[in-house]
Amino acid sequence: MKYAAPTTIDEARTLLAGDAGAIVFAGATDVVPQMRAGRPEPSMVIDLKKIDRLMSVSLDGDTWQVGAAAPSSALTSNAAFAADFPGLTEAAGLIGSDQIQNRSSLGGNLCNASPAADSVPALVVNDAVAVIAAADGERRVPVADVVTGPGQTSLAHDEIVVCFELARPAGGTSDAYLRLIPRTEMDIAVVGAGVRLTLDDSGNVSAAAVALGAVAPTVVRVPAAEAALVGSSLDDTALAAAAAAASDACNPIDDKRGTINYRRQVAGVLTRRAAGIAADRIRTRNGQNGAS
Amino acid sequence: MSRTHVNCEVNGDAVDFLTEDGESLLNALRDELGLIGAKEGCGTGDCGACSVIMNGRLQCACLIFAPEADGAAITTCEGLASADELHPLQQCFLEGAALQCGICTPGFLIAAKALLDENPDPTETEVRYALAGNLCRCTGYDKIVRSVLEAAVQIRTPA
Amino acid sequence: MSTTEAPPSTGTNGNGASGYRWVGTRPVRHDGLDKVAGKARYAADLNLPGMLYGHILRSPHPHARIVSIDTSAAEGMPGVKAVVTGADFPEAPPKGATRNLMCTVIARDTVLYSGHAVAAVAASTRREAKAAAEAIEVTYELLPHVLNISDAMADDAPVLHDNLFTRGVEPRPTEPSNIAARTVYERGDVEQGFAEADIVIEREFSTQAVHQGYIEPHACVVDCDQEGKAVIWASSQGHFMVRSSTATVLGWDTSRIKVIPAEIGGGFGGKTTIYIEPVAALLSTKSGRPVKIVMSREDVFRATGPAPGAIIKMKVGARDDGTITTAKAWLAYENGAFQGIAAMLGCMCVVSAYTLDHLYVEGFDVVLNRPVNVAYRAPSAPAAAFAMDSMVDEIAERVGIDPIDLRIQNCPSQGDPTPYGPKWPMIGLRECLEAIRDSDHYQSELPEGQGRGVASGFWFNIGEASSATVNLNENGTATVITGSPDIGGSRASMALMAAEELGLDVHLIQPVVGDTEVVGFTDVTEGSRATFATGMAVVEACRDLKEQLRKRAAKTWDCDVEEVEWVDGSAVHGPGEQEPLTLAAITGNAKRTGGPLGATASLNARGAGPAFSVQVADVSVDQETGRVTVERYTTAQDAGTAIHPSYVEGQMQGGVVQGIGWALNEEYIYSDDGNLENPGFLDYRIPVASDLPMIETCIVEVPNPSHPYGVRGVGEVGIVPPLPVMANAVADATGVRISDLPLSPPRVLEALTAAES
Ligand SMILES: Cc1cc2nc3c(=O)[nH]c(=O)nc-3n(C[C@H](O)[C@H](O)[C@H](O)COP(=O)(O)OP(=O)(O)OC[C@H]3O[C@@H](n4cnc5c(N)ncnc54)[C@H](O)[C@@H]3O)c2cc1C
Ligand code: FES
Ligand code: FES
Repeated sequence: MKYAAPTTIDEARTLLAGDAGAIVFAGATDVVPQMRAGRPEPSMVIDLKKIDRLMSVSLDGDTWQVGAAAPSSALTSNAAFAADFPGLTEAAGLIGSDQIQNRSSLGGNLCNASPAADSVPALVVNDAVAVIAAADGERRVPVADVVTGPGQTSLAHDEIVVCFELARPAGGTSDAYLRLIPRTEMDIAVVGAGVRLTLDDSGNVSAAAVALGAVAPTVVRVPAAEAALVGSSLDDTALAAAAAAASDACNPIDDKRGTINYRRQVAGVLTRRAAGIAADRIRTRNGQNGAS
Repeated sequence: MSRTHVNCEVNGDAVDFLTEDGESLLNALRDELGLIGAKEGCGTGDCGACSVIMNGRLQCACLIFAPEADGAAITTCEGLASADELHPLQQCFLEGAALQCGICTPGFLIAAKALLDENPDPTETEVRYALAGNLCRCTGYDKIVRSVLEAAVQIRTPA
Repeated sequence: MSTTEAPPSTGTNGNGASGYRWVGTRPVRHDGLDKVAGKARYAADLNLPGMLYGHILRSPHPHARIVSIDTSAAEGMPGVKAVVTGADFPEAPPKGATRNLMCTVIARDTVLYSGHAVAAVAASTRREAKAAAEAIEVTYELLPHVLNISDAMADDAPVLHDNLFTRGVEPRPTEPSNIAARTVYERGDVEQGFAEADIVIEREFSTQAVHQGYIEPHACVVDCDQEGKAVIWASSQGHFMVRSSTATVLGWDTSRIKVIPAEIGGGFGGKTTIYIEPVAALLSTKSGRPVKIVMSREDVFRATGPAPGAIIKMKVGARDDGTITTAKAWLAYENGAFQGIAAMLGCMCVVSAYTLDHLYVEGFDVVLNRPVNVAYRAPSAPAAAFAMDSMVDEIAERVGIDPIDLRIQNCPSQGDPTPYGPKWPMIGLRECLEAIRDSDHYQSELPEGQGRGVASGFWFNIGEASSATVNLNENGTATVITGSPDIGGSRASMALMAAEELGLDVHLIQPVVGDTEVVGFTDVTEGSRATFATGMAVVEACRDLKEQLRKRAAKTWDCDVEEVEWVDGSAVHGPGEQEPLTLAAITGNAKRTGGPLGATASLNARGAGPAFSVQVADVSVDQETGRVTVERYTTAQDAGTAIHPSYVEGQMQGGVVQGIGWALNEEYIYSDDGNLENPGFLDYRIPVASDLPMIETCIVEVPNPSHPYGVRGVGEVGIVPPLPVMANAVADATGVRISDLPLSPPRVLEALTAAES
C-alpha cells in the first residue's frame, strides 16, 4: 500500500484515476478502522489534507465554504460559523472524541455513507450543496443526493468532494441536531434528528426542514413533519404531529445498536426536542437583537 | 518492500525513520523510535491510549498513517517532563493515585495536556467530556478527573 | 509466624489514624514515575533483535469440524519463517481441565467458537504475518451451533462434547449433553419456609456475557534457544501460571521455561489464563527467532475472557415484619466452549448476604459455542446478586421497610452458617450497611425526578501460595521481591507492610516483582489475594529479618539476644547500656557480624476474609428515550485494613464502574450465525468519563483476624452490587422493575412502554 499527499485537486484526481485500487482520505477515522476490521487494503491512500481548499472554512459573501477535509474541530472552534449553524456545528462536535474531531471531516462523514453519520442530517436540513471535482470540472450536488445506500455514493471513482456550500441563514432561522446514544460520548447514533426552522415575526413557523439519521438506509427528509410544523406556533399538537410523522418516516432495521420499534419511537421524540431547541435559538437571538 | 523516509520533530528533537506506508504513526513511534509511551489499546480510535499531539492537535496515533508525520511536530507522553521536573499533570497523577495498571496513563496525560493548554480552568464536566476519548477500565475515572482538576489549579497558580 | 494474633481494630476510613506508622498512609507508588513518564514496559513494548511477529488465524465459524488445513501457500509468502497448526502441538487428553486449556490455545479437530485459534504464522513484519495467516486454507465442515443457555439446555440441542455427561445428577446420565454439572446447596425445608411467609415473590432474571475490558490486549514475546529453553515476557496475572500452563500445553518440563513478568495493563481475572504464549513458543522454536504476538482488540473480544451470562429464577418468602425466611433459586450460567464452575460459584454467592432458615439453590453449568469463561472480578457473584437484591428490594417495598434497614435485619454475622457450609468468620456486612445508611448520600434528600437504589454484595476472597524475599542492602535500604504482578498498586502495599514491620521509611524500600527464577512460586493474582497472601509472605520474611537484626545487634553488643528489642527501625538494648543501632548501622556492619541479611518466606495463606460491599446510587431516567444517567454513587466496602487507602479506593471505584457498565450497556451481541457483532470499544460500550459522577467511597475496616494487619482482599466485591443497585434505582425512578440486563435505552423504553399499556 502506498501513501500519497497531493497538494492540488488535479493531482489527487489524477492519482485516483490512475489506480482503481486507490482511495482518498481525510481523517482516516473510518478508513483505518475498516482496514483493521478486514476490509481489503487499498493499493494507495491519498491524503487530502495537504490541499488548501479542502482544509479551509471561509465565508464568501453570503455563502460558507467548508472544506471537505477540514476536521470537525475547525467548525466547533469557529464562532462565526457556529453562530450561523449551531445544529451542524453540534453534529460535527458529536463525532467521536476530541481526538477524532481533530481528524474527522464532513467529506469523510458523508462519503463513508453510513446511515448513522451525524453531520449528514444537519447538512441536509441546511440545504448544503456538495461541490464535487469531476473529470469535466466541478459539479454541485445537494448533499441529500450524494449517498445512495449504506456504503454507497453517487460519486465516480475519480471524483472528490471539494467542499460544502451553505447559504447563510436568513433572519429568524436556526437549526438543531440531536442524537440518541447509549453513552454520553464515543457512540454511533442509534437515531439522529436534524431540524431547521424559520419563524416569522409573530413566532409562527414559516419554513421547516427535518431530516433523520440511522433510521433508514440513507438519511431521510421528512416532508410530513415539515408540513406539520409550518404555519404552527410550535404548539404541542403541531409538535406531536411532527413527531408522529418522523416516526412514520422511519424505515429502520433491528441491529446491534437498536431495535426497529425503538428507533421509530425515539425519532419522534428527538424531532420534537430538536424543533424546540431550534425555535429557542431563534427566539433567544431575536431577543438579543431586540435588546441591542 | 520499499520503505518511506519520514522526517519530523518528536518532543522537540529532529528525528527520522523508515516506515512502510500502511503502518500507523503509533507503530512507527514505538518500533522505529523506541517511544513506547503511546500504547495500542484498540488500533481503531476508540480508546485513546495512543494519544499524541501532532501539530498542536490531539489525535490518535493509531489512526495516522506514519508518512503523514513528515514535517510534523509531535508531542508524546515522553515529552511532558523536563530534565529535573515532572509536568504538573504527571505529578498530580502520581499523588492522586490516578493510575492503577497505568496502560491508559500516557494517553490520559496527553489528552489532559491538550485540554489544559486550551482551557486552563475547566469544570469537572468539561474534564470528563474532554477525556471521553480515553478509556480507563481500572479507576472508574474518579481519581483521574480529580488529578486533572488539581493539576489545572497548580498550573494556574504556580507555587 | 504469629498471624493469628488479632490485629488492632481500626475503622479509620483509610485515614491512617490506626496506630500504624506506614500502613494506612498514601505514599506515591514506587513504580509510578516510570508509568507517568511512559517508560514502564508492558509486554507489547519489548522488541528483540531479529524478532518476528506472530499472527493467529481464527475460526470464522462458531462450530465446525476442521477437515483439513493447507499451509503451503502461507509458507511460501514473503517474510514467513514458521507456520504452526494444532497438529504441531501435543495431543490433548480426551477430557478435563488440561484438555480445555490445550484446546483453547489452539483447536484440534473441532472449532467451538468463532474466534477459536486454528493456526499461526511468524513473519518478519506484522503485515506479512497477517497476510500469510489469511492465506492458510482451512476446510471446515459446519456443525450446528448453540449460543444461549436455553437453546443449549434443550433436549434436541447440538451437543458440543460427546463425552460430557452431567455431573451431580443421580443416576449419571447415559446421554451426553451441554449441561456440564449440576450443583445443589440446601438447608431446612423451603416449602415450609414458603408456608410460613406472608409474601412470596417469584421472578426470572437474565444477565448478558460481558468482557473484562482491560485496555491492554494480551501480548507476549517468546525466545526459544537451541537447547530447548524458552524465555517468555508476558503480561499476566501470574507468571508462574504462564510457566506451568505453557509447559502443559507444549508438553514441556517447566524448567525449560523462564517467565519474566512485564507490567500488566489490566486483567480483572481475564489474565489468569494463557492464550498465545505456547503458540509464540512453538513459532520461536521452529524459526529459531524471538516471536512477538500481540492480540488485536477484535481478537481480545472474540477469543478471550467473557464473564458468563446467566439465567436465574428465584422465589423468595418473607414475613410482614421484614424477616426473609426462605429462598429457592435456579441458576444457569454460560461456561463457553468448555466446562467451568460459574454456576457453582453463583450458587455459593446468591443468598450469602442474608440469613435464611430455608434455602434450596440449584445451579447448572452449561457449555455453548462461545469463548471459554474466564474469571472477572468476583466471578458469578454479580448476576446472583442482581437476582437476589432485586427481590429483596421488592420485599422492602412491599413490607414498607427501608431497604437498608431490611438488609440489616436479615444480615448474617460471625458464627452464622454460610449457605455453602462453613460458619461466617468475622465479617463486616453490617458495618457496610450502617456506613451507607449513615452516609451523606443516603441521608440526603433524593432530588426531584430521580430514583435511588441500594444493594449489597459478597465475595469469598482467597489465599493460596505466595512467596517473598526481602534483602537488606548495605546502605540500610530494603528490596522486597515478590511473585505477584502489580496490577493496581500492590508494590506500594508490599512496601508499606515491609516498612511497618522493619520500621523503615517506605521510600527506602524498593518493591520488585521477580521473575520465575528469582522468587519462589506464587499463585496468580486473583481472588483479591495479592495484598492478603503475598503481603503475608512479606510480613513473615520481615519478621524473620527482625530476628536476624536483633541477633546481629546482640553480637555487636556481645549481649544476649533476648536483651535486644526492635523498635522503630532500630535495635534497642533493653537494659539501656548501649546506644540504639539503626538498621543502616547493622547492615553497614553486616560483613563483620555474619554476612548479608536476607529472608525468604513461602506460604499457603489461609483465612482470607470474606468481603462485603454495600452501595447506593441516584439515577435519572429519560422517560421518552429510556436513557439512564447515574447522578450520584456511593460505595462502602470492608477492606479489613486499608494498607494504601488510595489504591483501596481505586479498587472500589473501578469495580463499581465496571458493574455500572455491566448493568447499563455492556453485552456481547452475537449474530444468528454465531459471530460477535461488537468486537470493539465503539459498540462494546464500557463507561467513559462523561458517563459518570464521582464515585464516593467509604472504606470500612473490620480487620481480618487471619492477617497480621487485618487485610481482606479488596479487588473484587465492588463489582457485585452495581447490577442490582442500578436495577433498583431505575425501578425507584420509573416504578417499573426490569429483570433483564443490560438496562440499555431500548430495553428500558420497551419496559416503560409496556408498563404504560
Ligand atoms: C472512535 C470513533 C468515533 C466515531 N464517532 C462517530 C460519531 O459519533 N458520529 C459519526 O457520524 N461518525 C463517527 N465516527 C466515524 C468517523 O469519524 C466519521 O464518519 C468521520 O466524519 C469520517 O471522516 P474522516 O475524514 O476521518 O473520513 P475518512 O476515513 O478519511 O474517509 C471516509 C470515507 O470517505 C471517503 N472520503 C473522504 N473524504 C472524501 C472526499 N473529500 N471526497 C470523496 N470521498 C472522500 C474515503 O475514501 C472513505 O471511504 C467515529 C469514528 C471513530 C473511530
Ligand atoms: S489505540 Fe488508538 S485509540 Fe485505541
Ligand atoms: S489505569 Fe488501568 S486502564 Fe487506566
